Amino acid sequence: MSANLTVPTMAEMMAQGKQPEVLFWVGCSGSFDDRAKKITKAFVKLLNQANVSFAVLGTEESCTGDPAKRAGNEFLFQMQAMTNIEVMNAYEIKKIVTACPHCFNTIKNEYPELGGKYEVVHHTEFLKSLLDSGRLSIEGGQFKGKRITFHDPCYLGRANNVYEAPRDLIKKLDAELVEMKRSKKNGLCCGAGGAQMFKEPEKGNKDINVERTEDALETRPEIIAAGCPFCNTMLTDGVKFKEKEGSIKVMDVAELIANAQDL
Amino acid sequence: MSILPNIMFAVILIAGGGYFAMNLKKIIRNIKLGQDVNRSDNPSARWKNMALVAFGQKKMFARPVPAILHFALYTAFVITQIELLEILIDGLFGTHRFFKPSLGGFYTFLISFIELLSVLALTATVLFLSRRNLLKLPRLNMKELMGWPMKDANLILIMEIILVCCIFTMNGTDEVLYNIGKSHFEGQGSFGFTVSQHLGPALFGNLSEGTLHVLERAGWWGHFIMVMAFLNYLYFSKHLHIIFAFPNTYFANLNPQGQFDNLQSVTNEVKLMMDPNADPFAAPAPDADATPAKFGASDVQDLNWVQLLNAYTCTECGRCTSSCPANQTGKKLSPRKIMMDTRDRLEEVGRNIDANKGVFVPDGKSLLNDYITPEELWACTSCNACVEECPVNISPLSIIMDMRRYLVMEQSAAPVELNNMMTNIENNGAPWQYNQMDRLNWKDEA
Repeated sequence: MSANLTVPTMAEMMAQGKQPEVLFWVGCSGSFDDRAKKITKAFVKLLNQANVSFAVLGTEESCTGDPAKRAGNEFLFQMQAMTNIEVMNAYEIKKIVTACPHCFNTIKNEYPELGGKYEVVHHTEFLKSLLDSGRLSIEGGQFKGKRITFHDPCYLGRANNVYEAPRDLIKKLDAELVEMKRSKKNGLCCGAGGAQMFKEPEKGNKDINVERTEDALETRPEIIAAGCPFCNTMLTDGVKFKEKEGSIKVMDVAELIANAQDL
Repeated sequence: MSILPNIMFAVILIAGGGYFAMNLKKIIRNIKLGQDVNRSDNPSARWKNMALVAFGQKKMFARPVPAILHFALYTAFVITQIELLEILIDGLFGTHRFFKPSLGGFYTFLISFIELLSVLALTATVLFLSRRNLLKLPRLNMKELMGWPMKDANLILIMEIILVCCIFTMNGTDEVLYNIGKSHFEGQGSFGFTVSQHLGPALFGNLSEGTLHVLERAGWWGHFIMVMAFLNYLYFSKHLHIIFAFPNTYFANLNPQGQFDNLQSVTNEVKLMMDPNADPFAAPAPDADATPAKFGASDVQDLNWVQLLNAYTCTECGRCTSSCPANQTGKKLSPRKIMMDTRDRLEEVGRNIDANKGVFVPDGKSLLNDYITPEELWACTSCNACVEECPVNISPLSIIMDMRRYLVMEQSAAPVELNNMMTNIENNGAPWQYNQMDRLNWKDEA
C-alpha cells in the first residue's frame, strides 16, 4: 500500500480560502472499523488518482444519527442531524460523497427538512461519474474474468433506487458479474440495517447474514462485492461461518477498482 | 303480473346497500381516529400510482402466475358489474334482459365476454383454493392465519364460485327456455353467448319447462343476493382491498423508501435546546398545547390515518412476510401480522366507541404488548422488503418504526445493546466507544 494519502480537512481548506468540489463524508465505520478503514483508504486513493478536490470534516464529523433514528430515538437523531447540518452549512457544503449507504440515505433524504440541503451521492455513483467524464480510467487488472456477485445494500438499492452504478463499475473490470437469485429490488438484507448491527438478533433458527451469504455462494463467486461497510462485515462473517474465507473474498467496489490499478 | 318480486328486490337492495353504507361509515370513522398526515401533495403522481398499482395491478406481476389468475378474477369482477346493472334494472322494473334490444350484437359480445371471464375466474378460484388448502403454500398457512383468517379466505373463494355458478345457471337455463320460445325474453332462438349456448342445453336440456323457470330465477336471484351478501361480508373480512386498494395507493407514501419522517414535535424541542437565546425558565407560550405530544405509537390512535387505512386494505396475502429477512430466519416478526393486529385492535377500539355512545373508554389494552410484542418490533432490519413487496403499497415498516419510537422515547425500553450504542453516539458521536478526536487517525495508519 502506498502510504501517502492526501486528505485535507474542511478546516484546512477554509484556512487557505479554498472550497473543495466535494465533501467526503467518511462515517463512523469508515473512521473507526478496521475493515471499513481499508475501504475509506481505497476510495481516497481513487480520489487522489483522479485529482478530485475533496475534503473531509475529520474531527468535526459526527454520527449522522441513522442508527439512533432506526432504533426509535428521534431525539438523538435530530440532535446529531442539526449539529452536523450546522457544521456543514458553516462550510457552505454543496455536494457530499460517502461510502456508507446509511449515511447517504440519511443525509440525502432526512437532512433537507431539518435545514441541510446538499447534493448527496454514493461513492459508487461518484466513481461512475469520474469514469464517465474521463477523470478516472479503470482496467480489469487482477479481476479480469473473475466471477463477482454484487450484494445490494438495502439503503442504496430499495431505499434509493441505485442499482446500476456499482454494477457498471464491476463490469468495467472485465469481470464476470453474476447475479444472486434475489437481487436489486428483491435483494435480501444482510441483517445489519435498522440498528441490528449493534445488537444480537432476536431468537430464530438462523442468522440473516448466513441466509444472505448462502444466496451469494450459490453463484459460485470468487469475490462478493459490497457497497456498504455494514454489509461487508455481515457477509465477511457469513463467509467465515461457511468456512469459505480461504477461497472467497468480500470486497467493497472501491477496493476492487483501487486494487485493479495496483493503488 | 305481480309486482311483489320487484318490491322484494327493492327491499333487499335498500337493506343491503344501507347496511353496507352504515358499516362503511364506521370504517371511515375508525380511520379518522388516526393522527393527521398530509397526503394531498402531488396529485398527478398519486393518480398515476393508483392507475398503475391498483387499477393496473403492476406490483402483482412480480409473481406472474398468481398475478394472471388474480387478474382474471379481478377483470371478471369488474366487467360482471355491467350484468349486475342489468339485473338491477330488470329487478326494479320487471324487465328481462333490458340491454339486449338496444345493444343487439354488442350485447351478445358483452355477455359472452363476461362468460369467458367467469370461466377463467372459476378456474382461478379453484386453483387458489387448492393452493391454500391442498398445496399448503407456506405464506398462506402461517400461524397468524389459523382460525378466522383462514376461514375468511376460503369463504371468499367459495362465495365467488357460487356467484359464477349462479351466472351459468341463469344464462344456461334461459338459453334452453329461449330455444323453445319460453324465455321471459320475447321470441325464440339462441342468445348465442359463447359458453352458455353450449353449456345450457348440455346441462339443462332435459329438464321440464317449470324446472327451468325455477332454476333460471334461482340463478338470477342467487346472483343478486350473493352480490348483496358479498358486499356486506366485506366489512367483516380481509376482502376490503377490492375497494380500499384504490384510496390506499392514492394516499401511499411518495418519498424514497429510505426516507423516514422527522417528528415535528421533536424538531421543536431540539431547536429550543440548541437555541443559545432560548430562556430555559420561560413560561410556555399561551398557545402551546396543554398536553405535550406523545412520541411514537403505543396504540392505534397514535398512528396516522394512512397507516389505519393500510390496515383495512390489507388482504393478508403475506408477500410482505414471505420476503421479510427476519421472518425467513425464524424470528417472530411478521409484517402481515403487524397489519392484522392493527386492524383487529382498531376494530376493538371502534366497538368500544359504539358501545359507549361515541366516546372511547380506556379498556386497559393497547396495540403494543396486547397485540404486538417488543420482540417482534426489535427483529426488524428496516430493509423495506415488505414495503417493496406489497401489491397495494402498504407500509408495515412505518408502524414498526412508530412503535419503536414509543418504546425508546416514552418508555426507555430499548434492548440494552442499543442503549449502549445510543449512549456512545451521545457521548462521542459514534455508535462505538471511540473518541471523536480520533476520527481522522486512519489517514496516517499503515
